[in-house]
Amino acid sequence: MSESLRNDGRIWVPKNLEDVKSIKEGKLKPTAITEENRDYYLERRYPAFGNLVPRDVASRAAKERCDAGYGVNGTGEAVYLDFKSAIERYGKEKALVLGNNNPSDSEILKFGEEVIEAKYGNLFQMYEKIVDENPYKTPMMIYPAVHYTMGGVWVDYNLMTSIPGCYAAGEANFSDHGANRLGASALMQGLADGYFVLPYTIGDYLANEIRTGPIPTDTPEFDTAEKEVSDRLNKLINIKGTKSVDHFHKRLGQVMWNNVGMARNESGLKEAIKTIRGIREEFWKDVRVPGTANGLNTELEKAGRVADFLELGELFALDALNRNESCGGHFREESVELDGEQKGEAKRDDKNFKYVSAWEWTGDPGNSKLHKEELEFNDIELKQRSYK
Amino acid sequence: MSGTKDMNLTLKIWRQKDQKSSGKMVDYKVNGISPNSSFLEMMDVLNEQLINKGEQPVEFDHDCREGICGMCSLYINGEAHGPDRAVTTCQLHMRKFKDGETITIEPWRAKAFPVLTDLKVDRSSFDRIQQAGGFISVNTSGNTQDANATPISKNNADKAMDAATCIGCGACVATCKNASAMLFVGAKVAQYSLLPQGQVEGKERVLNMVKQMDLEGFGNCTNTGACEVECPKGISLENIAIMNMEYLKASIKKEG
Repeated sequence: MSESLRNDGRIWVPKNLEDVKSIKEGKLKPTAITEENRDYYLERRYPAFGNLVPRDVASRAAKERCDAGYGVNGTGEAVYLDFKSAIERYGKEKALVLGNNNPSDSEILKFGEEVIEAKYGNLFQMYEKIVDENPYKTPMMIYPAVHYTMGGVWVDYNLMTSIPGCYAAGEANFSDHGANRLGASALMQGLADGYFVLPYTIGDYLANEIRTGPIPTDTPEFDTAEKEVSDRLNKLINIKGTKSVDHFHKRLGQVMWNNVGMARNESGLKEAIKTIRGIREEFWKDVRVPGTANGLNTELEKAGRVADFLELGELFALDALNRNESCGGHFREESVELDGEQKGEAKRDDKNFKYVSAWEWTGDPGNSKLHKEELEFNDIELKQRSYK
Repeated sequence: MSGTKDMNLTLKIWRQKDQKSSGKMVDYKVNGISPNSSFLEMMDVLNEQLINKGEQPVEFDHDCREGICGMCSLYINGEAHGPDRAVTTCQLHMRKFKDGETITIEPWRAKAFPVLTDLKVDRSSFDRIQQAGGFISVNTSGNTQDANATPISKNNADKAMDAATCIGCGACVATCKNASAMLFVGAKVAQYSLLPQGQVEGKERVLNMVKQMDLEGFGNCTNTGACEVECPKGISLENIAIMNMEYLKASIKKEG
């Protein structure tokens, strides 16, 4: 849940493993655990920022607690997001606004839930439909998940890709975010690129084409491109293997989650590269795409995407292996602060990695060519992030 | 969580090869479905099963699977988006069904939503209605006014926001006995007519959108209110009243 929802939600797990066990067995309700037996671990570890730490820090902290066995549902991958104190705080505030200086507990609860509903009603409703529990009455169970990729297609300042005339706008390109995607950055990028950049830069490009006229399709270039696409589609259809597209997609997802996820290390990344190559080879030998290449065929469409993911996944791992530092959402276990106040926190290496990695496609993701785009900081001094 | 026991189900699904072919209901069995899985996850299990048997999987629309994109569109046991309220199909969970139940799954049925294949329908008629006026022409030449410079009453801002939550899934049309799109078009018209930015093009907007709606072959509204009941976003019938009022105003003073 984005940034603990503006500091209204408090994140915690039980302090004692016995309580975790009782919860998993259904013998104990989270609301029955007293304050002193709760570990508000973000407030404990990061007293200055508490539940408002950026999502990479909050995600790793949730993973740390769950890896230590404090996860609160059947999968062991869940922490509580609790709105009880926000409901009380808002309830008292609203009572005062309404001139009620001595509200009862039930009035506070009623007013507080109204405020929370006005702020987050749609999210709470979504949660209730998925989990079948009322988040106004019991804390939500949350865990970090894959959202979208940090990175994207290389573009110049006009948002043009390395293919002349082909533009990439919005979250498809790499340009506006750093090593950490923040809340609503994709929305911002879509609006900024769409409203303020493309209306000028595309026009600038097209200005040179004003006398070009219609482009004929009876050219060797067109025929080659068309053949490439139809060959690829026919190849996928004609493999006629034994396993579904989803089968390969899930296997790839598992590798990415385990080895290229919230925490990475050298041996895990090397293993991921090897495994993904294996899955890719198997995919092109054994995938089963039912139906024909003509007409609506969701499985074929999906097969094309998963074929791409199998290449992008390997590049992901390669890029993470190359960057031997912890930076934003990319956390290398080898690169942590060893002592002092920041012990165990991510350690950047600005001396060696102050660049954007732009990888050039060579036909094989394993042999992608690295172009380093240096990052220049003129007005800000680079510093270790601290939320302590 | 409510259910824990896995479920075995019989599915009656509309199968149709393409737009030209005629379709029919086909029976399938799925076993071991977790009551905590979503309806579309259950469909994924069925399709994995069909692919493994060498059969054609069932085509259905889906994308975000968190109730905000408006793609999923199944008519389940005679109800758009199934038996739960204020949900899209992807937000419907199997705990709403019983072990051993037979579930009937059809596509949206409306003249203006022709079936493409199986459970997928062509909803581009909605796009054309939007293109006829569902937008505000904004100047983005660098002197755009700050949004907070124009005060808007809380009441109107809230109503416009509520109207804007329409995701254009088409459940209103599928549910309506007249296959009317009035709730959808009403929401799109009201969203702008409630805001000062929408006033400038207000008249042309409502006239053009209603005209396009009629051209697409949607039926008329007879105020049964079924659309409001099945709408996953709880779009209010009030939006239809707002549209009718805007339409009347624009028709009377067309030249002004």
